[in-house]
Amino acid sequence: MKKSYKIQNLCCANCARKIEDGMKKIPGVIDAKILFMVQKLNLEVEDGALEPVLAEAKKVAKKVEPDCEIIG
Amino acid sequence: MSRKQKTMLVQILFSAFLFAVACFLPLSGFWKIVAFAVPYLLVGFSVLKNAVLSVFRGQMLDENFLMAIASVGAFVLGEYPEGVAVVLFYRVGELFESYAVGKSRASVSALMSLCPDEVTVLRNGEWVVVSPEEISVGESVRVLPGEKIPLDGTVLEGFSSLDTRSLTGEFIPKDVTAGDSVFSGCVNLTGVLILRAEKEFEESTASKILALVEDAAAHRSKSESFVTTFARYYTPIVIAVALLVGILPPLFGSDWATWIYRALEFLVVSCPCALVISVPLSYFGGIGGASRKGILVKGSDRLEALAKADTVVFDKTGTLTKGVFEVTSVDAEDPEFVLEIAALCEQFSHHPIARSLREGWGGKLSEERVSDFEEIAGFGVSAKVDGILYFVGKEDWLLQKGYSLPAAQVSGTRIFVANQEKCLGVITISDRLKETSAPSVSALRRLGIRRVVMLTGDGMSAAQAVATECGIDEVRANLLPRDKVAALKEISATAKGSVVFVGDGMNDAPVMTAAHVGVAMGGIGSDAAIEASDVVLMQDDLSALPKAVSLARKTHRIVMENMIFSIAVKLLVMILCGFGVANMWHAVFADVGVSVIAILNAMRTLSRK
Repeated sequence: MKKSYKIQNLCCANCARKIEDGMKKIPGVIDAKILFMVQKLNLEVEDGALEPVLAEAKKVAKKVEPDCEIIG
Repeated sequence: MSRKQKTMLVQILFSAFLFAVACFLPLSGFWKIVAFAVPYLLVGFSVLKNAVLSVFRGQMLDENFLMAIASVGAFVLGEYPEGVAVVLFYRVGELFESYAVGKSRASVSALMSLCPDEVTVLRNGEWVVVSPEEISVGESVRVLPGEKIPLDGTVLEGFSSLDTRSLTGEFIPKDVTAGDSVFSGCVNLTGVLILRAEKEFEESTASKILALVEDAAAHRSKSESFVTTFARYYTPIVIAVALLVGILPPLFGSDWATWIYRALEFLVVSCPCALVISVPLSYFGGIGGASRKGILVKGSDRLEALAKADTVVFDKTGTLTKGVFEVTSVDAEDPEFVLEIAALCEQFSHHPIARSLREGWGGKLSEERVSDFEEIAGFGVSAKVDGILYFVGKEDWLLQKGYSLPAAQVSGTRIFVANQEKCLGVITISDRLKETSAPSVSALRRLGIRRVVMLTGDGMSAAQAVATECGIDEVRANLLPRDKVAALKEISATAKGSVVFVGDGMNDAPVMTAAHVGVAMGGIGSDAAIEASDVVLMQDDLSALPKAVSLARKTHRIVMENMIFSIAVKLLVMILCGFGVANMWHAVFADVGVSVIAILNAMRTLSRK
């Protein structure tokens, strides 16, 4: 299942890379891509795993960049 | 500039001023520390705060943390100006990065601002203003002059001229009237239009183009993957080296202060920012710039492949030619008269050739002038015009009747016109080349495209004629669709660079897929073409193709420049630091200076040329 989210306050490309690396390690994530230039997160997760994955993904993002918000 | 950026700018300017003052004050000891600590804290407080927070979050390789260590370290070693410089320039780099990114984002989205924010729609007999997402199929929408068409639809009332530039990249006004289809993203120029919405906002052309450009970023090029991988290892390795440099030599008896200072320099160079930001920024600019010219590129990887093109393969009908049959030559003593006779005789026929003849003459038909019309299916027609009997038909038919006919001069379908005594002339009908085909092919050759090939299902003689006219030297004719795929694979096998296939996107999807880069033409409103291809030319001609190739190359060149330049400068500065030749200022340049230069270079992709 593929979902796309808006990201706010992500202001460093290297942080985006680190967040992306972190998200790929979350169990249930098939693929994660942060499109820094368009401030979007494309997440592909196993069916039914979206809720916990998203919560974990938000934590990963916060850990690298505290201001960063994933909308949705 | 956002508020956050403005605050940052003020901090930086103040701090830079105080820093300059501190450099010139003849202070020493405690007061010198204070003089430098003030500008340091002004600009560096947030860095220190974030550094502490990142340690608590377990992010030891955070940039803030590294910069904090480097600057505090410099202070401890008594190198106050260097300490301030590290954070000051770090913040300058940060500000510049966020400004540049915001700027390119805005510039691309402004040029891509295809969709209006509000729409006037007829509901319960009244015109109301709603957002475009709320319109459903079948509703009536009013578009005033100067407004953008919000959704794909058909014109119910009114007539106007549309500016299609935002879709096609070129200003060609298109006249529309009741019954015509219009695409979202065009600007209504002259008259009020009432439209019936045929597609929802999300499904309309403009929204699709936007989504496509946004998603292009998800298809990463090899350079981008390289940079990501590089960044993953670069920082930890540089930090490890910094630790070794700071600890090992002193253990063997060297001076602690010197080597710790050198280790701090390594920390300053350890951020891979310049690379990580400049590569996607370049591609974003390149793809954004292309879409403004009516060229949709569906990913950075495709742009990269396009840059490496060395072979271009064209489909013939509908790509190089118009796919419409027209009178291309009339060979007779009185061409105008021959064409008139042919058109008059053929006016009752429904054959496509008859239509071409009528259109080729363009004069006013008259039923009264024609009598005794007879059509011999597959051969031609005979009829009396102004009382005189004429035959209009194919070569075989007139030869049977005993006429002597001129030999073929040009290729195409030949129609002869004869009276009862002799043949009066021959009209050639053929598929006409698009005006832009030949110049585009030569432009591609000038760009160094080594091999240009034409594939077609048509016979060799017709194919050869088109190829010669376009300046294409290699022709494969009489191909079935599956033969085209095979031919393309064979061509790919011997190509050094990537192979680009250009077609109309309708019938040649398998060939598109087999090519490295599949280019579809005439993309407006054609979902199939957009779906099957890697690159879509919005206009139905080839003039955008050389532009696409040179734009892809420019982007690729900028990416390569940035990668080589950033890595080389950083390595060089690290080596020089290791030997004690470079100082902290050089390290700051290798970090911030390189970032700024790489970003400025990347932003060149956005330029209008």
